[in-house]
Amino acid sequence: MIKLLNLNKSFFMGDEEIKAIDNVNFEVKKGEYVSIIGPSGSGKSTLMNILGLLDVPDSGEYILDGVNTKDLTDGELAKLRNKKIGFVFQNFNLLSKLTAWENVQVPLIYQGISSKESKKIAFEYLEKVGLKGRENHLPKQLSGGQQQRVAIARALCCKPEIILADEPTGALDSKTGVEIIEMFKKLNEEGQTIILITHDNGIAQKAKKIVRISDGKLYDEEAIENG
Amino acid sequence: MVKLLNIIKIAFKNIKSNKLRSALTMLGLIIGIASVIVLVGIGSGATTNIQDSVQNLGTDILTVNINSSDVSLEYDKLDEFKNLDNVEEIAPFKNISVTVNRGKESSSNANVLATNDNYLEISNLTLAKGRTISGIDIENNTKACILGSEIAETLFSLTDPIGEKIKLNGDNYTVVGVLTEQGSTMGTNIDNIILIPITTAKYFDESMNINNIYVKVKDENYIDLAQSEIENYIRSTLLISSEYYSVTSQDSMLDAMTDIGTTLSLLLGGIASISLVVGGIGVMNVMLVSVTERTKEIGIRKSLGARKRDILLQFLVESLVLSLIGGTIGIFLGIALGGLTEKLGLSFSASSFVILISFTSSAVIGLIFGIFPAYRAACLRPIDALRTE
Repeated sequence: MIKLLNLNKSFFMGDEEIKAIDNVNFEVKKGEYVSIIGPSGSGKSTLMNILGLLDVPDSGEYILDGVNTKDLTDGELAKLRNKKIGFVFQNFNLLSKLTAWENVQVPLIYQGISSKESKKIAFEYLEKVGLKGRENHLPKQLSGGQQQRVAIARALCCKPEIILADEPTGALDSKTGVEIIEMFKKLNEEGQTIILITHDNGIAQKAKKIVRISDGKLYDEEAIENG
Repeated sequence: MVKLLNIIKIAFKNIKSNKLRSALTMLGLIIGIASVIVLVGIGSGATTNIQDSVQNLGTDILTVNINSSDVSLEYDKLDEFKNLDNVEEIAPFKNISVTVNRGKESSSNANVLATNDNYLEISNLTLAKGRTISGIDIENNTKACILGSEIAETLFSLTDPIGEKIKLNGDNYTVVGVLTEQGSTMGTNIDNIILIPITTAKYFDESMNINNIYVKVKDENYIDLAQSEIENYIRSTLLISSEYYSVTSQDSMLDAMTDIGTTLSLLLGGIASISLVVGGIGVMNVMLVSVTERTKEIGIRKSLGARKRDILLQFLVESLVLSLIGGTIGIFLGIALGGLTEKLGLSFSASSFVILISFTSSAVIGLIFGIFPAYRAACLRPIDALRTE
């Protein structure tokens, strides 16, 4: 599903070169639930951006669902983001002026699905994440947990190959965070491939597999037995 | 197609959610478009007005002007003039400056024209009541006068002026007729003139030199022939050199006037266009602010699969919609204001051509001034855009 080969990405802070991603090789198979855990500054956000096709590596290859993303144009990358990847961000990244269902509708619009059809799909997915009856609420009228659910519904509605979650519980209280993590677990049980990035060991433990990142290098992968 | 429709919807939503800002942006365009319509309308209204009045004189009329202090056409020579082969009738006229009174009432600034019995016919004027100045009046230097409709109302208000007397420079003149309402013609307000027999002009002005003559030709198809005959006569018989006189047909006057009118319209339109450009810059300014303000939104949309062209289109449609709404309001406002200027006595004509041009130019402004901000928005890298707060 996802294959990273000898991936590098560095930034410059003044004259100093910082290797955010240092020769990373990494593979995620369909149906997996992987946590990438690392402290801040470890390069995990950069990795997430590359995996999400928001950023391009300096060198190395990224094969997504059999497609080498190296030589793709902006338009093709956008299409892949739309079809294959569902983002869940730490700060939700909902459009504040749109209602819950309109937020979910956004990626569907870029697929060229008609308003009527996309509205129906948006309502369906909001129901799925337990927000039935709140379709017409604006983000500011929803709690943090509810907003993150809207974001999850938005990530799911295009039936992506992968859900990329970047600190999805970072802005939530622990109880709500647990609910969101439970939701990820359930989604994974339904067959959804998930990559979750976090600095929180407890949350990482809920995944089937943990990868540690530190100074741009990926370390041991450990399989977790989750009862 | 569906996507385009949805993107248009997004644009409308954004305009609606920023009502005040959208309204202020549009204001620039509204004023610009409205002033184009009003000013060009006034310009072309004036042109039409001039054309109408020139055409009113008829196509078989020549205007003779002699403008020299040294040489002039004496009144006695007019018979000779009239006997030229191609001339049917002539109406010599003199503008005389006099004060006009009725009884003790205050004077009014009427335009007194001394002329003969052909003037009404040649100028296409008709009488509302009373009679015209006759040949007998001319022969006898009768102190009779015809009033324009406006001056008649000023002096007599509701009473019937026929048979009443008015004072011209203190001298009594009997009102014999009143003209029908005409509106202003070629700079003169016909409704404000007083016609008196040309022979009475000598009471105001010792010389009886004629500087202006309307000439009606026998056959309008041979108007050019008549023109050269008259020119010939003035040059060879009256010995006036060509720089001191002009003989113009209505056609050539019409052309000249139309030229002036067109220049006027262009000038006014040009001035108004400046405000249109300023309005356009206003649109660009707001769109740029909007792009900066919505960087995050652009980032989110891009992360959700919006392509460069989707973002470009969204912002372009937004500025286009803003401009078109502004333009449309401006057109209506312009027409309304034009109607108002008409009430103020200026003539105004909003041609569908000008309206079409205004509408198109607001669309063009929306596109031109929107494309730069839209392009900037579209080129934002999703990762940078997402990072901004």
